[in-house]
Amino acid sequence: MATTKMLTLKDIEPGQVCIVEGLGTKSILRKRIIDMGVTIGTKIEVRKLAPLGDPMEIYIRGYHLSLRKAEAAEVVVRMV
Amino acid sequence: MDLHIALVGNPNSGKTTLFNDLTGSTQYVGNWPGVTVEKKTGKMKYEGKQIQVTDLPGIYSFSTYSLEEVIAREFVEEGAIDVVVNIVDASNLQRNLFLSLQLIEMKKPVVIALNMMDVLESRGVTLDIAALSEALHVPVVPIVASKGKGIDELMRAVEATVGKEVVLPDVYHSDVESIISEIERKLPIEPCSRTHAIRFLEDGVVATVGHAMDPLALASLNQWVDEKVSKRLMDRDMIISDEKYSFITSITDKITSNTKPSEVKTTSDKIDSVLTHKYLAIPIFLLIMFGVFSMAFGPVGAFVKEYFEIFIEEVVISGIAGFLVSVGVSEWLYSLVVDGILAGVGSVLSFLPEISILFLMLSILEDSGYMARAAFIMDRLLRRFGLSGRSFIPMIMGFGCTVPALMAARTLESERDRRLTMMITPFMSCGARFPVYAVFAAAFFTDSQPLVVFSIYLMGILVAVISGIILKRFVTKGRVSSFIMELPEYRLPTIKNLWLHTWDRIKGFIIKAGTIILVAMVVIWFLQSYDFAFAMVEDSADSIFGRLGQAIAPIFVPLGFGEWRAAMSLIVGLIAKEAVVGTLGVLYGVGETAVESPELLTGPLKEVFTPLSAYAFMAFTLLYMPCIAAFATMKREMNSWKWTLIAVGYQTGVAWFVAFAIYQGGIWLQLG
Repeated sequence: MATTKMLTLKDIEPGQVCIVEGLGTKSILRKRIIDMGVTIGTKIEVRKLAPLGDPMEIYIRGYHLSLRKAEAAEVVVRMV
Repeated sequence: MDLHIALVGNPNSGKTTLFNDLTGSTQYVGNWPGVTVEKKTGKMKYEGKQIQVTDLPGIYSFSTYSLEEVIAREFVEEGAIDVVVNIVDASNLQRNLFLSLQLIEMKKPVVIALNMMDVLESRGVTLDIAALSEALHVPVVPIVASKGKGIDELMRAVEATVGKEVVLPDVYHSDVESIISEIERKLPIEPCSRTHAIRFLEDGVVATVGHAMDPLALASLNQWVDEKVSKRLMDRDMIISDEKYSFITSITDKITSNTKPSEVKTTSDKIDSVLTHKYLAIPIFLLIMFGVFSMAFGPVGAFVKEYFEIFIEEVVISGIAGFLVSVGVSEWLYSLVVDGILAGVGSVLSFLPEISILFLMLSILEDSGYMARAAFIMDRLLRRFGLSGRSFIPMIMGFGCTVPALMAARTLESERDRRLTMMITPFMSCGARFPVYAVFAAAFFTDSQPLVVFSIYLMGILVAVISGIILKRFVTKGRVSSFIMELPEYRLPTIKNLWLHTWDRIKGFIIKAGTIILVAMVVIWFLQSYDFAFAMVEDSADSIFGRLGQAIAPIFVPLGFGEWRAAMSLIVGLIAKEAVVGTLGVLYGVGETAVESPELLTGPLKEVFTPLSAYAFMAFTLLYMPCIAAFATMKREMNSWKWTLIAVGYQTGVAWFVAFAIYQGGIWLQLG
């Protein structure tokens, strides 16, 4: 358990779809992320990365949201 | 006032458009998160009743702590509101309904205005509105705000809701519900509302800051909640939002039905795949920025300006001057009006074409939704300078006017990003500073005017960037910045909105020219015509203004323009930057023909400035502290005298050193 690294939203490639499993505690904007609809069990599609590689654009609950990879690293997910 | 309603909704939900529909106001509407940066109030008449309408900032939630959310929450909780109209974007239902649930929880009478039904229908989706209304226990009225449809029905529902008791929907599972009611009973704060209880469940002790309470009782209650929640295998701050979203999903699953396949790419997606393309995005971004500025300050602007100048000069000024002569006014009055007011105000107004085009271009960027993409593209780069992609929006607005740009910084989530953005936004050259560059470039850099003006704009950006790198180390160390932003659908800007939006800004410029600058010009005319004994002077150097100017001019000697007129024009520029040119026009006695100032100021300016000191003067004008209006805005937004003074002190210091470096460096290189 301790050796396997958890999969996070940061690791998801554009075009892939994943499901939210949990949220890390480090993000100062944890509450904001939750209130924007990133709750456990929600489906997220990673749409693209910005031209300079960061931030990323995701499609969630019918709208587009952008967040930085550092913030995405706090969203634990599993692949569909 | 018979009735008071407040508009609450997500950013981009069409809230401001609805406000305009209701009140007929000309408040502007943008398509990026956070247009309504403070609450605005308008009035409307409905069936003989006077109704006050308050438009609150667009927010996603009441439970986080950004400035806009606090403003909106306090207003809804404490304001004397009869009905809250919650505008909901039907094409983005789940996230919009999250705010609706929080609002209903506050036990205020709520009516939901379901906007953008047309967008939804075009996607082949239908909604069971009656079922939605039933699930939430509030009236739901479909509207199309952009076309003014459904407003009558909405107002009827509002009237019917006044004074009705609020029935809460069954959002939470029974275990969570019982925790909430237990907290409501035991939380030692008065009055303890359901919203307080919910906030305590989410945040614990933090939620009670500012209330008098017994810390021991609080701690034991906190512990009790912790125990209860641990059964849920979910963090305390997630439960409430999670339950809300589950409830919302169960509703939306029930009420939506698709008639078309849903996975089709929308037009907005297609546009986006080009504009934020991996390789194309940055070239397109640069091209758009170049396009905006070359439209305003290039051939198009020059073309419009040519005719506008003829109009001002031939019709307005000649007309007034001719009239004054024909009625035989005294010499001093003629001098005051023609040499003072018209010279000053006219020289400012003659730049209206360029500035209007710039405002129009910025409006198109905002209304279309591109501004949010620009922030998305630029975030990585701006982060290096201690900023966030969101800082880009205030910064680009700064090219129009610093005041709304500073206010737009409210959309930044972290205090650190906000403060830093506000400190460097004034370095973006606002429209009011352009006349100064235009006059000096025409006088001293005849062959390379556009290049010289462009270099000044570029200098502003460079100084902002370098300031970011420096200031992030000292001023704003600490918390990490962030970038969580909605990317709204692209929309074709409507002519009506573009007009309202652009006019709103031009109006400000004209009003300023007609009031502050007019008064300033009268005062300056007086001060430069009379001496301390209030006797009219022959040489304005002996006047009150001249004496003051001579006293401060030495500060500017090392910068190459230690001449009293130049010094005083900079001081007057603190009232409004446009006034720098106006003041020079008055002081150099260019008089009634000052509208053609680029040519006519050339002679007198050449006696005082060299090309090198002219460039140093332009740089100083660009960088030194912004006008009084911007200063006051900064004070209000930063809510700290200390930081405001640090900011303007820094700006003026930078201005002095940059101008110093240009002038002395130039002399050293034997350019001067």
